[in-house]
Amino acid sequence: MVIPSDLRYTQEHEWIRLGEGNTAYIGITDFAQGELGDIVYVEVETVGDSLGKGDVFGTIEAVKTTSELFMPVSGNVLEFNTGLSSTGGDNPALVNDDPYGEGWIIKIELTDLSELEDLMDAAAYREMAG
Amino acid sequence: MKNTPLTEKHLALGAKMAPFAGYHMPISYTGINEEHQNVRNNVGVFDVCHMGEFIIRGKQALDLVQKVTSNDASKLAIGQAQYSCLPNEQGGIVDDLLVYRLTEEMCSEGEIAFMLVVNASNMEKDWEWINAQNTFDTRLINISEQTGLIALQGPRSLDVLQPLTDIDLASLKYYTFAKGKVAGMDHVLVSATGYTGAGGFELYLANEHTAAMWDALFESGKPLGIQPTGLGARDTLRLEMGYCLYGNDIDDATSPLEAGLGWITKLDKGAFISSSLFRKQKETGVARKLVGLTLEDRRVPRHGYPIEDQEGNLIGEVTSGTMSPSLQIPIGMGYVQTPFAGAGTPVFVVVGGKKLPARVTKLPFYK
Repeated sequence: MVIPSDLRYTQEHEWIRLGEGNTAYIGITDFAQGELGDIVYVEVETVGDSLGKGDVFGTIEAVKTTSELFMPVSGNVLEFNTGLSSTGGDNPALVNDDPYGEGWIIKIELTDLSELEDLMDAAAYREMAG
Repeated sequence: MKNTPLTEKHLALGAKMAPFAGYHMPISYTGINEEHQNVRNNVGVFDVCHMGEFIIRGKQALDLVQKVTSNDASKLAIGQAQYSCLPNEQGGIVDDLLVYRLTEEMCSEGEIAFMLVVNASNMEKDWEWINAQNTFDTRLINISEQTGLIALQGPRSLDVLQPLTDIDLASLKYYTFAKGKVAGMDHVLVSATGYTGAGGFELYLANEHTAAMWDALFESGKPLGIQPTGLGARDTLRLEMGYCLYGNDIDDATSPLEAGLGWITKLDKGAFISSSLFRKQKETGVARKLVGLTLEDRRVPRHGYPIEDQEGNLIGEVTSGTMSPSLQIPIGMGYVQTPFAGAGTPVFVVVGGKKLPARVTKLPFYK
């Protein structure tokens, strides 16, 4: 199970990586993609929305199950990874193949950078995901 | 949590495991899609040791089987099997099962024998239920704990199995079986059955031979690309065929006639449990029917999602759903009120606040 040390993590198995300025990328962890199995569709219809921490920003369909995606922090949804979207690359399996890289799901603008401090670091997440 | 004789094999293969019906079972090995395609196009192996097996043997064995099951077991010759269900007294389903008419080698004069193969999740309930109905000169033996079951499924199953046995597999018709030596192991019951729609065989054998049989199948199938297949792909394979899964599509409250199982509900065979109720349902028609659903979008229908008509009225509920690995579209099954059960009827599957456009679709999805 890969858990990069430079990311922050949630109880719901999302990761967040700080980008330039107040922007950040959000995806799901290697553990999460492994548990879900073959991912067949990622739906994000919240681009342009301002969401609170814990709000649902999208849905992942795996062959066996459906899972909602939650905001690790508050922010504006700037972008949905076109590599995944059905109108773009339409390759949701990127989330399985490269969950921390090409399989990122959304880009956001954080409302409050200090919210990152409430999230788990890699060591704490490793402990939780076991 | 119980292990099957093959649990260590799954762990060694790195399978994703989960509890299922009290057993530690493999859900997938390399991924559901890949395992599914390999069964459809090639050959895969399933551990289904968790299934329950009961022997019914006695002078009145047929009377008991006829009373508790809906299909007509009197039509079975030795060496034949049939799909059937156990109705309850309210016209629901205790379980769905296979009924095998066994050879009479273990029988005394005048006795005949059947084997019932039941779902693991219902094994104890079925055992108690059938015993409670047994007012006949016949005896039940639960051989589940001593019996292993491996399913070899897919178009190349025969190529894998024939080199291991003298049984002429090509002449073994669908839903027939033979007993013989396979991979040096005696008394293996080879059944031309399976719940995938991909063809193949199911091997019933003694627990202690099961791991060796698993190895022999992989050895023989290696040049053909044989792969282990988990319960995840078993579910997508059966769903593409429109086969019911107990606990999802059928249960204690669904009638076989509602579930599209009229073909195994033989009202002309004589009285059986709930047969008068089923006759009435057949005459007056059922209020709801289990149908196939195809979604036009990419979201996947799941067990419990409501189904609405075009006006937003609740008309039913999804019972099973997946993204079909063969067809690459979301498919499902569910009960709808009978006026909406015709193929092509447009409906909505509702999830959260969303209404997903769907169409009632003739089963099977995969032809």
